[in-house]
Amino acid sequence: MFGHDRKRKGAGATFAAFAVSAALVLTGCSGGGSGDGGEGGGEGGGDAAITFLPKNLGNPYFDTSNAGGAEAVEEFGGTFSEVGPTEASPTSQVSFIQTAAQQGVGALVVSANDPEAICDALNEARDAGVKVVTFDSDTNPECRDVFINQATAEGIATTQVELIAEQIGGEGQIAILSASANATNQNAWIELMEEELAANHPDIELVETVYGDDDDQTSFDRTAALLQTYPDLKGIISPTTVGIAAAARYLSTSEYQGQVALTGLGTPNQMREYIEDGTVTAFALWNPADLGYLAAYAAQALIAGDITGEEGDTFEAGRLGEYEVGEDGTVLLGDPFVFDADNIDEFDF
Amino acid sequence: MTAIAPRRRTAGGILATVLKQRETGILIALVLIVVAATVRNPGFLFSADGYRDLLLTPSILLLLAVGQAIVIVTRNVDLSVGSVLGLTAYLTGRLFIDAPGIPTIGVFVAGILLGALLGLINGALVAFAKVPSLVITLGTLYIYRGINVSWTGSDRINAGDLPVDFRGLGTGQLLTIPILTIIAVVVLVAAAWYLRNLRSGRELYAIGSDPAAAHLYGLKVTKRVLSAFVVSGALAGLAGVLYAARYGTVSSGAGTGWELQAIGAAVIGGVAISGGVGTLWGAAIGAFLLLTINRALPILGIQDFWQRAVVGALIIGAIVLDRVLAIRQSRRLLEARDAS
Repeated sequence: MFGHDRKRKGAGATFAAFAVSAALVLTGCSGGGSGDGGEGGGEGGGDAAITFLPKNLGNPYFDTSNAGGAEAVEEFGGTFSEVGPTEASPTSQVSFIQTAAQQGVGALVVSANDPEAICDALNEARDAGVKVVTFDSDTNPECRDVFINQATAEGIATTQVELIAEQIGGEGQIAILSASANATNQNAWIELMEEELAANHPDIELVETVYGDDDDQTSFDRTAALLQTYPDLKGIISPTTVGIAAAARYLSTSEYQGQVALTGLGTPNQMREYIEDGTVTAFALWNPADLGYLAAYAAQALIAGDITGEEGDTFEAGRLGEYEVGEDGTVLLGDPFVFDADNIDEFDF
Repeated sequence: MTAIAPRRRTAGGILATVLKQRETGILIALVLIVVAATVRNPGFLFSADGYRDLLLTPSILLLLAVGQAIVIVTRNVDLSVGSVLGLTAYLTGRLFIDAPGIPTIGVFVAGILLGALLGLINGALVAFAKVPSLVITLGTLYIYRGINVSWTGSDRINAGDLPVDFRGLGTGQLLTIPILTIIAVVVLVAAAWYLRNLRSGRELYAIGSDPAAAHLYGLKVTKRVLSAFVVSGALAGLAGVLYAARYGTVSSGAGTGWELQAIGAAVIGGVAISGGVGTLWGAAIGAFLLLTINRALPILGIQDFWQRAVVGALIIGAIVLDRVLAIRQSRRLLEARDAS
């Protein structure tokens, strides 16, 4: 009885939600129409109108990548615009994709909140002639023309191993502070790092991999335990932004500061403090500005018809040089970017 | 009663009483673990970092465990402390960012007040609505965490956002004792004294032993339960401020799962989950034991994956011990009654 009641209520709520969203879409339509008229003049000159749609607005990471995109669009003389939801939920990007399609923009550059949820909207936009580039976070390959991949697992693993090898002088004990024991990407990187160590750095011994569960406190305490357990430890690699920040925080107040090297994947805002006080000399991540820059050039190449997203297509990307489209319409930005005391102040994300 | 009292005054009697205390067993376990880890690696106790971490690591959990023990003694439970800690930790960071130059003491007051307010909500729902605290605080666990997630979003407090002096609290030492530990121990001593010596403190035990009888006897059950939750919330608020000082990074997930550690610490320390029994000293030693084991097991060469299992075994062991002692005591009381 109670269950039935709830069901009926649920159906009513669904209907109400549907009615509201229908109304929203309708108003979106009329809004889009007027936008079309306004922008028509600009597009007549053959400019590439490129709209960036990040996961959410007000996110420093995407502010940086969109700035890179704007820089590229300015270089090749297109029109840049930026729209996005305030909250990174799976379906929040749909209405922005629909609006952009109705405005008839040349290309959409999207970081997908969900690989599935925005697929239909993207394909409708593509049917209307909009080119779709994904960056940072991909959709299913059939919903976009090109994906700009920030880094490969091999690149990430090799860069971190090289950083630690350089910092500890090529020999000694190191440990890895990972996220959770079942994190797929972390485990793939760790495996590649082990291979890289065995192949090119036989004097470096990986004594243990510990798991901080991407939790500040756990990572912090795991770091303390590592330092105690292995008095001869020379370095720690933490391929997770939470882990490296927690480890740096522990090291910065311990007697091991400056004696045990720390590197991994981190963001400049989290690590600035520790670069400045000398706890960390260098760490890696991709450069979001370059990511946005490359995505904008890829969008322009798609609009101009230079590439179609087929494997083997090549295009020029301004200061970054020439890029080739790989398997599954993926373009690789390159090796991770290394942040150190000289360049960290140029970044704010 | 009169027959037992004089025997207790002899030296041997005092020793026997001490050995019979639940807290003693936990303390011995703690000392054994520290000794074992130190034998394996002298740095565990004798290096500057090792000694500091030994005292520092359990300090924040100790505050939560003290609050939790006060609530459990009244035959309730507060599952929301981890979420309260997360909210106040983020509030701490935001205050330093949004109100530059705010005095540190102001941040402490704000954190404790927010915690107390959240505790008051828990307490009011439990005391007035007469809904089991397990359900109420499970609800507020998610609600508080939800508020935290929507407030924090993908944002994060970075160590660089917090003033150096404030972060110094998290690692600083006063006469070789970490400041965090001093704060935690002062709170512990004050609360333990209150629970042991003041009438209102004893009433918490009476309520936990038998809420109905306590009510019939004329104790202010509602008021006492309410204040237990407010204290637990306020201590979680204080713990949140200290969390920010110690870890420097606060994301929306700060403090997730700490409520279970706090309950675990209290239970291991001999605070009976059914209420009315246990001391704050026990809960505090439980907190020390729980986190020191985590740090000692890797040194003893026990794998990461087994550490949680060991903690689980400890909790179950503590509860089994509780039952055994309770049965034994009731048998002895029955025998004493039959004999007289």
